[in-house]
Amino acid sequence: MKFPMKWAVSLHRQFAASILKFQQPNFTRLRLSRGLSSKAKPPVTMGAKKENSDDEMDEKVKKYLRGDAANLEGVKDKKLKGQLAVREDLYGKSAKTAAKIEKWLLPSEGGYLEAEGIEKTWRIKQESIAREVDILSSRNQYDIVLPELGPYTLDFTSNGRYMAAAGRKGHLAIVDMKTLNLIKEIQVRETVRDVAYLHNELFFAAAQKKYPYIYNREGTELHCLKEHGPVLRLQFLKNHFLLASINKFGQLRYQDVTMGEMIGNFRTGLGRTDVMQVNPFNGVVALGHSSGTVTMWKPTSSVPLVKMLCHPGPVSSLAFHPNGHLMATSGRENKIKIWDLRKFEVIQTLPCHAKTLNFSQKGLLAAGTGSFIQILADFSGSQNYSSYMTHSMAKGYQVGKVLFRPYEDILGIGHSMGWSSILIPGSGEPNFDSWVANPFETSKQRREKEVHSLLDKLPPETIMLDPTKVGTVRVPQKKEKPTKKDIEAEMEAAIETAKGTEFKKKTKGRNKPSKRATKRREMIDKAKRPFLEQQTQERETSRKKQKTNPETEMPKSLQRFVRQKAT
Amino acid sequence: MKVKVISRSTGEFTRERSQDLQRVFRNFDPTLRSQEKAVEYVRALNAAKLDKIFARPFIGAMDGHRDSIKCMAKNPNYLKAIFSGSDDGDIRLWDMASRRTVCQFPGHQGAVQGLTVSTDGSILVSCGSDCTVRLWNVSDANVADSDYLSDNSAKPQAVYVWKNAFRAVDHQWDGDLFATAGAQVDVWNHNRSQPVNTFDWGSDTTISIRFNPGEPNILATSANDRSITLYDLRMSSPARKVIMRTKTNSIAWNPMEPMNFTAANEDCNCYSYDARKLEEAKCVHKDHVSAVMDIDFSPTGREFVTGSYDRTVRIFQYNGGHSREIYHTKRMQRVFCVKYSCDASYVISGSDDTNLRLWKAKASEQLGVVLPRERKKHEYLEAVKNRYKHLPEVKRIVRHRHLPKPVYKAANLRRTMIEAERRKEQRRKAHSAPGSIMTEPVRKRRIIKEVE
Repeated sequence: MKFPMKWAVSLHRQFAASILKFQQPNFTRLRLSRGLSSKAKPPVTMGAKKENSDDEMDEKVKKYLRGDAANLEGVKDKKLKGQLAVREDLYGKSAKTAAKIEKWLLPSEGGYLEAEGIEKTWRIKQESIAREVDILSSRNQYDIVLPELGPYTLDFTSNGRYMAAAGRKGHLAIVDMKTLNLIKEIQVRETVRDVAYLHNELFFAAAQKKYPYIYNREGTELHCLKEHGPVLRLQFLKNHFLLASINKFGQLRYQDVTMGEMIGNFRTGLGRTDVMQVNPFNGVVALGHSSGTVTMWKPTSSVPLVKMLCHPGPVSSLAFHPNGHLMATSGRENKIKIWDLRKFEVIQTLPCHAKTLNFSQKGLLAAGTGSFIQILADFSGSQNYSSYMTHSMAKGYQVGKVLFRPYEDILGIGHSMGWSSILIPGSGEPNFDSWVANPFETSKQRREKEVHSLLDKLPPETIMLDPTKVGTVRVPQKKEKPTKKDIEAEMEAAIETAKGTEFKKKTKGRNKPSKRATKRREMIDKAKRPFLEQQTQERETSRKKQKTNPETEMPKSLQRFVRQKAT
Repeated sequence: MKVKVISRSTGEFTRERSQDLQRVFRNFDPTLRSQEKAVEYVRALNAAKLDKIFARPFIGAMDGHRDSIKCMAKNPNYLKAIFSGSDDGDIRLWDMASRRTVCQFPGHQGAVQGLTVSTDGSILVSCGSDCTVRLWNVSDANVADSDYLSDNSAKPQAVYVWKNAFRAVDHQWDGDLFATAGAQVDVWNHNRSQPVNTFDWGSDTTISIRFNPGEPNILATSANDRSITLYDLRMSSPARKVIMRTKTNSIAWNPMEPMNFTAANEDCNCYSYDARKLEEAKCVHKDHVSAVMDIDFSPTGREFVTGSYDRTVRIFQYNGGHSREIYHTKRMQRVFCVKYSCDASYVISGSDDTNLRLWKAKASEQLGVVLPRERKKHEYLEAVKNRYKHLPEVKRIVRHRHLPKPVYKAANLRRTMIEAERRKEQRRKAHSAPGSIMTEPVRKRRIIKEVE
């Protein structure tokens, strides 16, 4: 994936403009503990410091280059080679500018938690954190206790501003997280198993007892999705506007929420499951089954893309890292496995209970069981997860769902007694992009964004395991069909061998020359037969191809009798 | 313990007053955006479709002449004006914005064969089949005095009569000489009534002539004996000549690369040559189905427009083998002259049906004032469409042009004929000793020889 040209132009302008009115907020630069960035190390010599910063810039540039440069050695066309070389040069420049912007111009710094002395980060309690941070942030740490309305699940909008909470006994609430304002709460008087926001805060879907329903921000019921049946989990695919659901009978359904069209309806065949996650990188839906397998689905095929055996027992939860390469799964045997999705191999096995898993934007993994939540982080960047923070809630609070809030250092916990929110420094992305997700969105901006995202809505065929394959050219197959000459040559060779066979010398009057001749003819025919069959088959297929054309030219009155070929 | 949590103050991230602009923050990290390539592909597809929806290249026709238009001239100092000369001796000055005649220059008795304007924009030179060369005064005062009265006519500044009918005329880019083409090539001065110099190489009439924009003393001509000749005014004899298989109707020099010129040939192709190396064409531009009558380069040097006998106008890229755009109308008959406007936005074609037609150079371009955000958006859509234009769905839409039925059929016929030739050649090669039959590259195929 190469950097588009338009970005280069706007990047240059932004760079120039921002330098003029550059106001760096007065945060002291500190890191997410333990040498994440080489700058935290005290410089040994000037040379070494320069080298470190060069390495850092190289890494950043690599990230923005999005893959390797094209290999121009094999290109024979000089004109094309020249054009491609110019393009590659431009991509290099854009990536360097983007890396510089990341280093100097982003307005906010990430959060961090550093332990001093013999302190360990996983011993630090939420109360001590709340004492150290400012008032606004400490407001985000709370416990909402609603004991009689059942275990709660949560969902956040993509900009982290709004939260929908659903209690099992039918309580649906929408909260504005900036002002901690309850926007609307309704009681649907039915079991609600899951809630999912659609593309913005105006619409959310609730998986109720018999069917999922779509509600407005006011609480008005907009749609009743009867086709889905009794749904256990709902997930929304942002780029494609698809609502994916898995129901009690193990049926996976994809529905396009813009036109209401049912895109896919698949029987997984692996029974009832309520473990479903969407991989945000490529849009595939992963289901965890009670046999320990994880299957990955796309809306255009009735067979799963991938079926992998992850755990000896049922898979209890599943989570995807935002970069799309890591998947965390947990089973009943109290192990969390971190998988590399490019090779489908286990990178790490952690001895940790987890009934629910979630990755944050910065790659922190939250695992919750019982009333205990553990946060794991990889400090060296080499996908080696270790314990970072822990949080235990009051006994009797059974954690149902953990969910990191986007663009904030906050973890939302839905449990049996309501929902809570705790501070996890370093989990959220500090710098948001207004065109991707804006926590400070006005209604005008929201409307514009809705229209633009509808214009950019991806067709369901673009969901694939490797999303970078879009726009690439399929390499021509090396295996060539044997030419007519080759086939003829093969036939001749077979006939020759058939002619050369020696017959058994029969006696007692059974060795008549006529019989020998017929036998010889039979051997040659037998040798010829497979080739002739192949020829007739090819002729038939070519005739069949020709036949399809006249069929489409039937008069209109006879169209309904034309046999429809199953596509 | 050192702790810091992300805390954003609303004041920093929202605007203070409603008069302020909304604040926009950017983070170009690829992990924040998923499926970028697919989104770009969808945008490319939509951009291609929108392009086709907004593609309305025809602006208007300038009506007034009473006979077919054979030649046109641009005034380099005045963007809105264009001169045209027709077969009944009528020369008109048109104002392209209002598409009306500003001034008429009557006087020629026969067809006007060539028109050219001097570089300072003061003199219009016209030559015709009545063996005369007329000079007209077209300074700014005259042109700006646009009363739109059809009776507005001017008197010629000078009339020079000579021996033979003239076929073409062109003015030097950086001097006060102009050259006419006819039985021989004559070089004239404004003030002399006889040519200053005469060149004659070969016995056939010269049918077109062009001065080099970079080197004021070099000119290229094409003659009826299928040759293209380069002359240098400082030498008394012609410099180089290349003979092709078919006659060249018109030549145009690339204003940005003055050593290259493109020749519009009778065999439906245009050939780009490097003037220093005439043994091989630089590029062959194929797409017309009938003789190419006229050619003109855009001032950017990146594109040129051709008008052909097959009633179409095509726009090619300077190094592209096939046309980027084709313009045709039911009413437009054989196109005899084309010009690219001096601001590279419009194309003017003069044809057999006595009309001059004004077209947009980029068919879906938005005319008028384009706001900076609009322009950025157009540039982005153009770039993203170019990135994915090789994919089948996008390619189908971008390539699609409606061709008039005769052109479509003629193109198919040409294609089958050329394919048949090629296949025969291949089979001959395959059935003969390897190396005995050498295929000539296309760029050389149409050249017979080069003569010093």
